[in-house]
Amino acid sequence: MKLEKILDIGQKIALRKGLSPQDFKFSARIVQENTWVRSVRNEAIDENSYDSDSGLHIEVWYKGHFAHSGTANLSENGAQKAFETALSLAEAAHNLPLTKFEFEKVRPSSKGHYSSTIKRPLNEISSKEVFDQLLAASNFLKVSPQIQSRTAYSMTIKTDFDQISSEGARFSHDFSIVNTDFNVVACEGTETQTRSDKGGLARCAQIGAEAFSLTDLNLRCQKIGEEAIELLKAPECPTGNFDLILAPDQMILQIHESIGHPLELDRILGDERNYAGWSFVQPSDFGKLQYGSSMMNVTFDPTPIHELASYGFDDYGNPATKEFLIKDGQLLRGLGSLESQQRLGIPGVANARSASWNRAPIDRMANINLEPGASTLEQMIGSIAKGALFYSNKSWSIDDYRDKFQFGCEMGLWIENGQVKHKIKNPNYRGQTLSFWRNLKAVGDRNQVEFLGSPYCGKGEPNQVIRVGHSSPYCLFKDISIFGGGR
Amino acid sequence: MIELKNNFNRICDLLFSRLTSDLRLNINLTGEDSLFIRFNNSKVRQCTDVSHYKLSCTLQNTNRRINFSFNLQSDLAADSIMALREFEVAHANLLLSPEDPFLVQWTNNGTSESIYKGQLLPADNLISQCQSAFENLDMAGLYCGGQIHRANRNSLGQSHWFSTENFFLDYSLYNGASASKGIYAGKDWNSDALKTQVLGRKRDLDLLNRPKVKLKPGRYKAYLAPAAVAEIFSTLTWGGFSAGAFKKGRSGLQKLATDQGDLSPKVTIRENFAMGLSPVFNEQGEVSSEQIPLIESGKLKQWLTHSRSAKEFNLTSNFAAESESPRSLELLPGTLKSEDILKKLDQGLYLNNLHYINWSDQITGRLTGMTRYACFWVENGEIVGPIEDMRFDETAFHILGSGLDELTESQEFDTATGTYYHRSLGGKLLPGLLVNDFSLTL
Repeated sequence: MKLEKILDIGQKIALRKGLSPQDFKFSARIVQENTWVRSVRNEAIDENSYDSDSGLHIEVWYKGHFAHSGTANLSENGAQKAFETALSLAEAAHNLPLTKFEFEKVRPSSKGHYSSTIKRPLNEISSKEVFDQLLAASNFLKVSPQIQSRTAYSMTIKTDFDQISSEGARFSHDFSIVNTDFNVVACEGTETQTRSDKGGLARCAQIGAEAFSLTDLNLRCQKIGEEAIELLKAPECPTGNFDLILAPDQMILQIHESIGHPLELDRILGDERNYAGWSFVQPSDFGKLQYGSSMMNVTFDPTPIHELASYGFDDYGNPATKEFLIKDGQLLRGLGSLESQQRLGIPGVANARSASWNRAPIDRMANINLEPGASTLEQMIGSIAKGALFYSNKSWSIDDYRDKFQFGCEMGLWIENGQVKHKIKNPNYRGQTLSFWRNLKAVGDRNQVEFLGSPYCGKGEPNQVIRVGHSSPYCLFKDISIFGGGR
Repeated sequence: MIELKNNFNRICDLLFSRLTSDLRLNINLTGEDSLFIRFNNSKVRQCTDVSHYKLSCTLQNTNRRINFSFNLQSDLAADSIMALREFEVAHANLLLSPEDPFLVQWTNNGTSESIYKGQLLPADNLISQCQSAFENLDMAGLYCGGQIHRANRNSLGQSHWFSTENFFLDYSLYNGASASKGIYAGKDWNSDALKTQVLGRKRDLDLLNRPKVKLKPGRYKAYLAPAAVAEIFSTLTWGGFSAGAFKKGRSGLQKLATDQGDLSPKVTIRENFAMGLSPVFNEQGEVSSEQIPLIESGKLKQWLTHSRSAKEFNLTSNFAAESESPRSLELLPGTLKSEDILKKLDQGLYLNNLHYINWSDQITGRLTGMTRYACFWVENGEIVGPIEDMRFDETAFHILGSGLDELTESQEFDTATGTYYHRSLGGKLLPGLLVNDFSLTL
């Protein structure tokens, strides 16, 4: 069904129920998402799945209050029922609203189209081509009999997102996404170590089938396997406070958990208190709080063409632009949509995003990036008398105010007197958000920046997963508490 | 419901009629009609109604398989066209797939039907009852309610149906930064029961008004209430009881099978479908025993084993779900009476809730997470005041093994409140734990 038809249905319902344009407005969104998941484990097929997910989201505004209805029924009857359900919810709730909104102030009448930049459409690659790549990868991972489990995984996603409103908005998105993961489990006696290609599912991007032209697949997979074998013999990560370099594939987790989530304005407003949590950041902190050292520059950037969460408009129709959240270490701006900005009176970004047609938009991260500095990796390592370099996120835990965290990585390198000495296993570190970022002493240069992300950021009631992108160079932190595994 | 069942059966029959003799088809229905009302400051932040019915199918021949899934529109003609189109795409791709050495050939596992009806309120009535129950309180949370359906058929004649109508109100009460947590859940809404529960949580809030106790990292005697134990099991069940995860070197309870670690003889854990909270059939329609002993008196009895793992690793299937996670887990109770908890704790931590648990070292079963909500410092068997949130880092083998002092004689049900992609079913039945030397680190 065309969105213009849905516009017509909404307007007819308004007429039939005698609702004036001052009391009743709406928007509608049709989502069509096709996902292929293919994976191979130990050179045998593990998963071969195709999902077609389509549905309609109706958002009704009635006397200042929004309500939502999601249905997979894309017929006229389905749309009509969704309108009536959303309207009845808005009528039920408008006597007890948390906040009333003016429709035009929080739902701009934007027009436009965003499309992922690709070279080859995803539907041009066959299952056989993908499985051939994955089987090859599985073989490359098999560097030793000690590699007990080796997995090669790919997820390709094609999403079309079309939106219209009664007040003139008409915008659409056409995303093409590829997510790959190659990982091994190495075992010897009672020792077990895992290693992957940039951490679980972190290698994800807006890209076409050209993502499967993996010229370096052989080297990457062999390296993953060899590093896992080396970790079996490596000493445990030492315990103590040391200088610590985090590689980009751990920095993305550090940025996500200790910058992204605490800056979400809906958390600061308390919407998330019962589930994901609140935030240590106070509304009065914006424009004042020294979040980290002067080397810290963090942006909300929906513009890099291949980064996972680039887009043209958020679900409210707010045009998405690059904004500094933190500049020279000072907190400037929150991750809040037009609704949250109105509620708090704090500058935000275009980040009202829903997981799909069956969820209402909430404040989400998009691409949250740490801007590059000037240090080379050699300079950072050379400056360390005693310390470590950690790669690839494995575990994450942080409190509901986003302060006390503990993160685990797959692999560490031990550094003494400015030289890498050897690998260390089970590297973990813990700290508190502000003191950690204030200990940022060096930021890697542009050449080190890696664009990674996660397809699975969870938040919201009802729960929603969203895709987020993060980019970062290597970063050096002083005086960090690190430790290993075991009891 | 009757129309839904009829349409499901007709679409299944239509697809089965297209199978050639070498093909088999397994079809699962996941469906819900759900009302979500999100509250903040005891007022409505967002309301969403969702109607979502999805068919997830597996098509296989003698040596290959493919999964395909699509949404139903609740319109038989449109759904039939969609089903045939998706079937054709799957069939074409099946032949392009590599051979599957661990393919499980299905059987007919019979027929079953379980239907549980509830008494739920419409949105307007529900909002006014919540307004009344939380009057003058700062509440944040989510109401979620409506019908949930699960069904399975295969082309060999198997047919299972499970429907339930239930709700939960998952909420927190706040006094500034202090909060107490409640979950009111069931099949029949009762406003008096909600008000009684809210009064109890309000009493917790009063205790939270006392001055906060700042603790240093170290080892403390601790009482973990059932909700805190549920958080630990949420992480532990993430591969912990899985045969496949064990064989791949990724089970947090790995040490149980390699004789490197034991749990306390007081610990007995089982799948218990007698609770009636989730379907006893899995995605292939295989029907589990009503009870599956997993750990008995601290010793591993069996892993949860899906038929595919059984084939790959030469094990016996106990018809676990594909995830090999428990669907209806029960930790059997002990002997500690509720009224004796504080006295036995004497001095230490009373932890009502834990938060955001993940592995510090999965292979040794070491977990880290945070205290959250109503957690107290106890001295001389009496609550002194709330603690500042602390990070813990402790192994499951200590919490459920060498450090375990006692389990409570009463258990509490932890309702599955997950709503990622669709509403979850099931839950866990757990007692509280009294643990010695529980490690706080930050």
